[in-house]
Amino acid sequence: MPERAISLESPAEQQNEAMLIRRVCDGERELFYQLIRPYERRVYAAAFAILRNEADAEDVAQEAMLKAFKHIGQFRAEARFSTWLIQITVNEARMRRRKAHANIMEPIADRADEEGNYTPRDFADWREIPSETLERKEVRQNLAAALAELGQIYREVFVLRDMQHLSIEETAKALGISTASVKTRLLRARLMLRDLLSPGLGGAWSGKLSFEKGTKPW
Amino acid sequence: MVVACEEVWRQVSNYVDGEVDPGLRTAIDEHIRGCRRCAAVLDGTRNLIQLYGDERMLEVPLGFSHRLHRRLDQSMRPSLSNRRGFLGWMVATAAACLVVGTIEVARSLPFRGPQLRSQQAQLGNGVPPDLLVVVADDGKLFHLAACPFIHEKDKRRTITAAEASREGYTPCVRCLKKYLPVTVGEWTTGAETTAAFREPPLR
Repeated sequence: MPERAISLESPAEQQNEAMLIRRVCDGERELFYQLIRPYERRVYAAAFAILRNEADAEDVAQEAMLKAFKHIGQFRAEARFSTWLIQITVNEARMRRRKAHANIMEPIADRADEEGNYTPRDFADWREIPSETLERKEVRQNLAAALAELGQIYREVFVLRDMQHLSIEETAKALGISTASVKTRLLRARLMLRDLLSPGLGGAWSGKLSFEKGTKPW
Repeated sequence: MVVACEEVWRQVSNYVDGEVDPGLRTAIDEHIRGCRRCAAVLDGTRNLIQLYGDERMLEVPLGFSHRLHRRLDQSMRPSLSNRRGFLGWMVATAAACLVVGTIEVARSLPFRGPQLRSQQAQLGNGVPPDLLVVVADDGKLFHLAACPFIHEKDKRRTITAAEASREGYTPCVRCLKKYLPVTVGEWTTGAETTAAFREPPLR
């Protein structure tokens, strides 16, 4: 199991967070900045995963934070605060997307039959891409480009689960889908990304990142 | 338990997440040891999870945090600053209304001083206010009771000098001369008047 770069909040941090929430609710508004600071990047990433546009994602991230501030009194500690924030962000981003793409058909991948099996490409020798390479901007850009190739429903799940480190249940709650759907979509997202990122595919990071025709079983 | 490659591919995500039961996990482990392709699928999946899970992948545009805080400032403080501004405007408006209202009321009200019955007369400021004087309803002056210049004797009333002043009566320059400022060309002295018109005893 690979180590996660972002650890989940410790009990002490959660306690501190609960106290901050109480104080914000009691009128210490300026503490809201402190409360959201650890999640600013995650909120933006969640918005970007859905909208794929920096300006829109930033605007939606701001809107989501504002909404969280206005409705913080309604936050019940049934879920983690971060999950609640992400849920608000996902809803905001989806609304924005619906407005912007009201007349645009969904990508084929979004309408795919999730029941079909996915056959991973035969890259018998996976050459590990070391984490150190993330220092290079082009590596990060290629990873982002591969992620953008995924259909909306897969990208959302992958970003929340593997980048935001939400649990299966939290991902399901944030997206309003079942845990079974999360698992199915996550499997596909991971396998598709693996294929896209295979260093053997058209040369390391140089080739066009797209699925080869006929490899998608759906 | 023996598993085929297709089953490994179906379970690879759950396997990485530790979501498969121990029996299946053992079977997958066994399969992978002898299958390069499935081993590559598993390695690749783990590798990309590690890469995408890195915090460096959560890049935000330059200045994102600053802009976010500024937006929050603008939206959170309006409730405060707007309230302050609103209160300020309310106070200023109320003060302005008060000033304007006071001026308008003052302008609309009649002068509250006594409406003198004789525009030529002088105010009886020197007359003791509790001095009992006599007035006639149709007259303009108030007099000492013994004053021979009282008209309409059947309609006269006895009131205090203060009341008489409030009703607009002015002091008789003859009987109340001693209380009035000395003017040039007076034809009697205060002593003479006092002697001629003694105040009658109170009934």
